[in-house]
Amino acid sequence: MTEALDVTLTVNGERHAVRVEARRTLADALREDCGLTGTHLGCEHGVCGACTVLLDGEPVRACLLFAVQAQGRAIRTVEGLAEGGELSPLQRAFIENHALQCGYCTPGFLMLGTALLERDPTMSDEALVDALSSNICRCTGYANIAKAVRAAAAEMRERVPA
Amino acid sequence: MKPPPFHYHAPRTEAEALALLAELAPAEGRILAGGQSLVPAMALRVARPLHLIDINGLPGLDRLDVGDGHLRIGPLVRHAMIRRESVPGPLGALLDKVRGHIAHLPIRTRGTVCGSLANADPASEWCLVVATLGGEMTARSLRGERAIAAEDFFQGFMATALEPDELLAGLRLPLLADGTRWGFHEFSRRAGDYAQAASLVVMEVRDGVVLAARIGIGAVEDRPRRLPEAEALLIGRAPTAELLRQAAATARATLLPTDDDPTRPALAEAMIRRALADAAGIALP
Amino acid sequence: MDGLSPRPGEDARTLAAGPGRVVGRAVTRIEDLPLVRGEGLFAADVNFPRQLHMRVVRAEIAHGRIVSVDAEAARAMPGVVAVWTAADVADIPLIPFRATKVRGLEPYCQPVLARDRVRYVGEPVAVVLADDAYRAEDAAETVMVELEELPVVLDAAAPPGEFAPGHDTEPTVVRKEYGDIDAAFRSAHAVVELELSVGRHSGVPLETRGAIARYDAAHDVLELHGTAKKQHWNRDEIARLLGRPPQGVHLFEGHVGGGFGVRGELYPEDLLVCAAALRLRRPIKWIEDRREHLVATNHSRQQSHRIRAAVDAEGRLLGIDDVFFHDQGAYVRTHGARVADLAAGMLPGPYRLPAYRVAGHFRLTNKTPAATYRAPGRYETTFVRERLMDAIAARLEIDPVEIRRRNLVATAEMPHARPLDALGTDVVLDSGDYEGLLDKALARFGWDAMHKELAARRAAGECVGAGLAFFVEKSGLGPSDGVRVTVDATGAVEVVSGAASVGQGVETALAQICAEALGVDYSSIRVVRGRTDRIEFGNGAHASRVTVMSGSATWQASLAVREMALECAAQLLQLSPAELTISEGVVTRADGLAGPSLTLAEIARGRGPNSPAMRGQTPGLTAERWFWSDHMAYPYGVHLAQIRIDAGTGGVTVERYLVANDIGRAINPMLVEGQIVGGLAQGLGGALLEEFRYDPSGQPLSTTLADYLIPTIAEMPEVDVLIAEDAPSPLNPLGVKGAGEGGTNGAGACIASAVDDALRRPGAITSLPLLPAHLRALLVEAP
Repeated sequence: MTEALDVTLTVNGERHAVRVEARRTLADALREDCGLTGTHLGCEHGVCGACTVLLDGEPVRACLLFAVQAQGRAIRTVEGLAEGGELSPLQRAFIENHALQCGYCTPGFLMLGTALLERDPTMSDEALVDALSSNICRCTGYANIAKAVRAAAAEMRERVPA
Repeated sequence: MKPPPFHYHAPRTEAEALALLAELAPAEGRILAGGQSLVPAMALRVARPLHLIDINGLPGLDRLDVGDGHLRIGPLVRHAMIRRESVPGPLGALLDKVRGHIAHLPIRTRGTVCGSLANADPASEWCLVVATLGGEMTARSLRGERAIAAEDFFQGFMATALEPDELLAGLRLPLLADGTRWGFHEFSRRAGDYAQAASLVVMEVRDGVVLAARIGIGAVEDRPRRLPEAEALLIGRAPTAELLRQAAATARATLLPTDDDPTRPALAEAMIRRALADAAGIALP
Repeated sequence: MDGLSPRPGEDARTLAAGPGRVVGRAVTRIEDLPLVRGEGLFAADVNFPRQLHMRVVRAEIAHGRIVSVDAEAARAMPGVVAVWTAADVADIPLIPFRATKVRGLEPYCQPVLARDRVRYVGEPVAVVLADDAYRAEDAAETVMVELEELPVVLDAAAPPGEFAPGHDTEPTVVRKEYGDIDAAFRSAHAVVELELSVGRHSGVPLETRGAIARYDAAHDVLELHGTAKKQHWNRDEIARLLGRPPQGVHLFEGHVGGGFGVRGELYPEDLLVCAAALRLRRPIKWIEDRREHLVATNHSRQQSHRIRAAVDAEGRLLGIDDVFFHDQGAYVRTHGARVADLAAGMLPGPYRLPAYRVAGHFRLTNKTPAATYRAPGRYETTFVRERLMDAIAARLEIDPVEIRRRNLVATAEMPHARPLDALGTDVVLDSGDYEGLLDKALARFGWDAMHKELAARRAAGECVGAGLAFFVEKSGLGPSDGVRVTVDATGAVEVVSGAASVGQGVETALAQICAEALGVDYSSIRVVRGRTDRIEFGNGAHASRVTVMSGSATWQASLAVREMALECAAQLLQLSPAELTISEGVVTRADGLAGPSLTLAEIARGRGPNSPAMRGQTPGLTAERWFWSDHMAYPYGVHLAQIRIDAGTGGVTVERYLVANDIGRAINPMLVEGQIVGGLAQGLGGALLEEFRYDPSGQPLSTTLADYLIPTIAEMPEVDVLIAEDAPSPLNPLGVKGAGEGGTNGAGACIASAVDDALRRPGAITSLPLLPAHLRALLVEAP
């Protein structure tokens, strides 16, 4: 047992004051202390990517960060993607392209995909495959995940003319 | 797979970090930088630090500086920050290519170059780069600062010359002169996985003749290293397909693989041959 | 009409061919919205006030006698409420299996905690119950298990050892035989003989297992959450093993993060959380971690075969004689000997086979227990059978496509009964145009043109090749499934099914079938599954049975509700039922002429329990129907692959892949394609990447996802899917056959065939997975 620390996590713009041991991972803090169970744990050793969240806009594995390290940083999770009840283009594209089956890896892929699209919706196919190889999906065989990200990218390119 | 308990320390200055490290290293204290190797090891409970000294909040450690013919990489420079546009000349292109082979995007955004060096996995791409190019590590502690050359730094399987109270405070890599040619190849079973063999070759060719060559091998022996016998073969000669093949075969003969896969030397030879061919700008299967 | 009793002739109504209003259409799934919003309810998302966390202490050696278990230190740790060892759960019997004809397996079943011996690394030895998951893990580490090492058996083909006094490690041999096999070999033009093996791999869903038990004293009900696949059987067994009536136990299914055969079986941890919840009167939560998963959840696949074929001069099969060794791991689990039985029963696949003899040695080893994984017994035997066909082709110098053509069961021979059984039902191939599908697949892939292109590339020094594998799947295992369809007073439609969902789109498929029959919007239908409190019986989701069994029951129940609604409306509107139709939940004139209409909500209200018109009848706009089946439906298909080997590394790149699969009828082509591509990813994983490896002492070496390699997007080829509906099943009103396993089934066989071709060495590949080091060694030997 070690001392509990007071940490304020800013998740999807909302502040959560939590009291956690230093060893509590960000993923567990989000799930257990903030009640945001959309972030899933698939391996807890950084391989599968199910727990991918955005930290100051960058995709990170929430199982490889301690909650205390996220103090003062802007965290985004799958719960924050829909705005005012309206799905994000990527969320919609996942449904329309059947990019999920069991849905367990979906939050991680949505956060990874969101980071990619916000960074560069014009990325090459090769770069897209390289980036999506970060996460594991055991159901879909990936083809529809790539299709969904491309579809959302196309929609975003239309919205913001280059 | 929950990490074992530890005490968390978040120093505000490097001096404070070094003081903490000096005090806590004997009590299983360790530096926490990117954490992309340390935290999984903790989740598996194969690493059990009692104290973690988190340097992520220290200012100024994430700098990439160029000067003096060198690139200096600070201890909080993340893999993803190593980009062609931030490093001049052929070194920028080389490092950019290598970065693309390191794990995956979310690991690259968090993991640090110096963390990889301190972890000294024999399959680490940055360790191979440092061993091949002759990088120089800066170790800092309350006792002072010292420079450690690559050949002294890597001491075996996940072992380095760093003392427990020393912070790896930076890495210096020599810039490569314009016109320097290089090749990098690695083989892993799956995208982003640790390589089963990796080779980096850097070559200067003038008037059709090799002036200087460095051939590095990683993921085969207990640490990355240069292959001097093969390098010597190239000097002063034209880098023909035949010569490169011969150099790769020579390199293979000097390898001491750490595992019992009888085909590992052949794999290493293939990676060396391809890296050589890329550096020489010729096609070799 | 009361909604409970079928009327004469009701079963005969079949789904019309071709796309319907919503059936046969690629509509989006009704499951998706909560899943993309992070609002799913997976096992780890279930929490109850005052819950305790369970952590399992597991064996660290592969075989040993338990000398002592010392938990004193753990009991004294902060937050620890209890630590149990075998003595604390001695009253819980061994975990049973679902009976088949195979006898003698009972002594090999697993106790919830190891009693006198541990038999695999990962076997539960003790459990710690604490107020926090982190603290439970801390305490579990301090439990000292003293073991006296015993010799290990790791090779199922080695002579059997001792399991326990009086029981050796071969509980049974699965034997099947028909025809005169000895005569076949005596009269053979040639005999082709192979030794082949398939590596140990498994489903490894992205969500690990989880079990949360709660005893609701107010209602005297034990609840188990985080369940999947076989809720009703599991409920009955949990009740029996813990000495409760089944009505006092309920299982709930939230979201399930992938099943693939391994999730939802009854494991030690399920019983442990239930027992602890009953005794400690606190909710108990157990979430498996990934390292545990890789040693504790069912493994699969590992078999080695010694197969011989007798053929005539034209390459026609005269007989097959196979002896195989099935590596069951340390205990018999809930499937009993099913995988070995399926392997033996399904091995002949699509070919006409006059004589057949198989002996499947079901052997226990000191490894994680094994059971079903997507296409169980078929992935293995398709590899074996198709390797054999390739070998026959090579021996007789006949083209590999031609050799298959000559042996495929012809359409005119359908239904084709084999004097064989699998899963306790006779193997009767129900329908199929095998050669027709082969032709379609070859044409779509551009097989002939590709071979010219590959020859040119080989001439230029590349190591490229192509391969094929034909497979027959099985689906729609009976005997029964029931569905209740109800329209409530607001017009909302609910389908309550005894099936389960493991994320494959069950809700959408059943909603589409209901919507088609009833005339309502599929997307607003509520589909209830995996809950024992809502339906008394159910056979769950496995063996590609849901669309066939529950789909057919949904069809019949929905039609019954439709009829009930039309009859009520007919009376009120003074028309005959035949003059009416239902669309968008409104009953109108079928001829499209204007006239009065009634909504299903109005009709449902009219059939309410307080409606005077219902006096003396069973109220409600609702019907329950049961679909029964004695035989399975057999989907079939072809895998075609084009691959490249990097001669320097031994790495295999799959350049192009086609799966052609006739599933009789695609309820939702988008979901079918998703099943096939996803199934293929798993098949390719087993062919090229995934393997549970052990060291010589039985220590598992694949205990993280960095060691057990699941394909990423970068390893997946471009996949083309050809869904055929040429041979609807005559066994159910929808004509459907299961679509869940065909993508996986042929992958190992197909890749092996293509690698042989690239190496230009027929028969070079005799085992899976194809590791680069092995290929490098083969390439070095190559002439």
